[in-house]
Amino acid sequence: MTMEFILGHLNYWLFIVLMMIGFYIVVARGNYIKKIVGLNVFQVSVFMFYISIGKVEGGTAPIFPVDMNIDPNVIYSNPLPHVLILTAIVVGIATTSLGLALIVRIREEFGTIEEDEILEIESKLQLEENSTEGSSMGGRA
Amino acid sequence: MASASIIPSLSIIDQLPLLTIVVPMIAAPLCVLFGNRHIAWLLAFIASLVSFLFSAHMLLQVIDGDVLSYHLGGWVPPLGIEYRVDAANAFVLLLISGISTVILPYARQSVAHEIKKVSHTLFYCCYLLCFTGLLGVVVTGDAFNVFVFLEISSLSTYVLIAMGAERDKRALTSAYDYLILGTIGATFFVIGIGFLYIATGTLNMADLAVRLADMGDNRTVQAGCAFIVVGMGLKAAIYPLHLWLPSAYTYAPSVVTVFLAATATKAAIYILLRFMFSIFQPEFVFELHTLTWIIMPLAILAMFAASLIAAFQADLKRLLAYSSVAQVGYMILGIGLATKISLSATIIHLFNHGITKAVLFMVVGAFVMRKGSSFIKNLNGLGKQMPWTCAAFVVGGLSLIGVPGTAGFISKWLLIDAALEADLWWLAMLIVLSSLLAVVYVWKTVEVLYMNEPDESIVIKEVPMTMLIPMWIMALACIYFGLNTDITLTSASVAVNSLLGGGAQ
Repeated sequence: MTMEFILGHLNYWLFIVLMMIGFYIVVARGNYIKKIVGLNVFQVSVFMFYISIGKVEGGTAPIFPVDMNIDPNVIYSNPLPHVLILTAIVVGIATTSLGLALIVRIREEFGTIEEDEILEIESKLQLEENSTEGSSMGGRA
Repeated sequence: MASASIIPSLSIIDQLPLLTIVVPMIAAPLCVLFGNRHIAWLLAFIASLVSFLFSAHMLLQVIDGDVLSYHLGGWVPPLGIEYRVDAANAFVLLLISGISTVILPYARQSVAHEIKKVSHTLFYCCYLLCFTGLLGVVVTGDAFNVFVFLEISSLSTYVLIAMGAERDKRALTSAYDYLILGTIGATFFVIGIGFLYIATGTLNMADLAVRLADMGDNRTVQAGCAFIVVGMGLKAAIYPLHLWLPSAYTYAPSVVTVFLAATATKAAIYILLRFMFSIFQPEFVFELHTLTWIIMPLAILAMFAASLIAAFQADLKRLLAYSSVAQVGYMILGIGLATKISLSATIIHLFNHGITKAVLFMVVGAFVMRKGSSFIKNLNGLGKQMPWTCAAFVVGGLSLIGVPGTAGFISKWLLIDAALEADLWWLAMLIVLSSLLAVVYVWKTVEVLYMNEPDESIVIKEVPMTMLIPMWIMALACIYFGLNTDITLTSASVAVNSLLGGGAQ
């Protein structure tokens, strides 16, 4: 693995690092808001990945001059990934806001947004059910 | 632009692929704008019925193997977005819109019982958005468009599940869990699409298939394939990725469970089929390894593990949710075997399981309405008090097991046939054995319904006709498609041909 290989794929390395950080936060953190933050980092890494692959070496912004006199020698970057990511950003915002709205409701009902405390409350509910309705297997599995 | 690229709009028939999606999409905000729950229901029903009629018309058009290609905004593919309808997705479209149309009359009473009146318009709005998303996922011929529609349906699904919070607050946490897992799944899917785009420079599915044909050794394509399988696997609830499903189905309002169980995982499985067999060609060795060494063992695991967990559940709704995971196992097994017969089995099982689970969850919704909960212990002797509902459960249960004369039998028979054709007699044995587990959990419920003495102190009435009729339409469909296999078998075999030949044209 040469230096050139590492530097030449810099955007991919950054994408992987950022993605893993986000993913780790989602998995490892118990706080529901932190999980949403992690999910955001995870999604943003994918946005960056898409945007970086649209870059053409030596290319400029893909905007034609107003008079439409297009110089065939000018190289333009690929605008398609950018457009796709605009859509994905909107989706990401919707997901984040919905997640936060759910957290507000969870806080109202459970009085906490820590995963382990919620799991405890849920297992108590489960135990009550088991004592009245007959035990069931699996839990959250 | 050159005028040649503009497709003249000829008649309304040519616009069907788009209209099927647009009608429910426009009806959704109208539900909220009118602000009246009765009008909202009516709008939802009409939109769903219109989509159903359009899908039926499209299926008739493509059943001979034709392909309908709709160019969005007149931009010619592969540059523009294309809606591409062949027998495979017309069949799934028909399933989704048909089930939605039958569910909605049922929904009216059930929703009135389970959700407070203020939220009804919002409920129908979200329902229609979810419906739009699922149809869109199936109809589109553009890989990135799949993601967009997938998120439309997922986001509204999270809301719909959370609406169960009025009965049980755990609906909120299960919606949250699904949101996290669903978003991870969808993001994985986008990463996969990104890799395919890097390798090929196109997003159109048919074009992808052509350009990927000789790129089997390409690492980028292999990574893309893996990301797509895992991402869609999460949405389809393939066994170890099913964690969101049982809780989500258990705590969601009954109607939502009926709709999701019958359609949502099916749309995801259709996308898996489309990617695995239309876009990646069977010569793509990496994929064959994935199918043989990952998909098949997981399918077998799902068939047994999920069925076993289902047999030990106290809540009928959760029991059926686990059974759904097991049934997804059969569909995945068909994909794993990757022969023409096994793919037909997958497509038919997708359809048959859709109608079967619709009956069963509708019955559960009726129990919830009359008894307040769906714990099996509470259902003592309901066979005498709610004879029609319980009889529908028996029909659905038989179809779930795969008793001859019901829809479930046909698909399992085909699957066993496919296993035997591939010389995997042990696999055929396993399919039969796992069906026995289904006998256990169906019988467990039937026993409580019919053998136990009813609680005479409370008078339990049969549910209203508006709920019974949809239930029985589905139950009779289970029997009809078990006896008359012409429609499903023909559609499935044409669908398989168009799946496999998808990129060739």
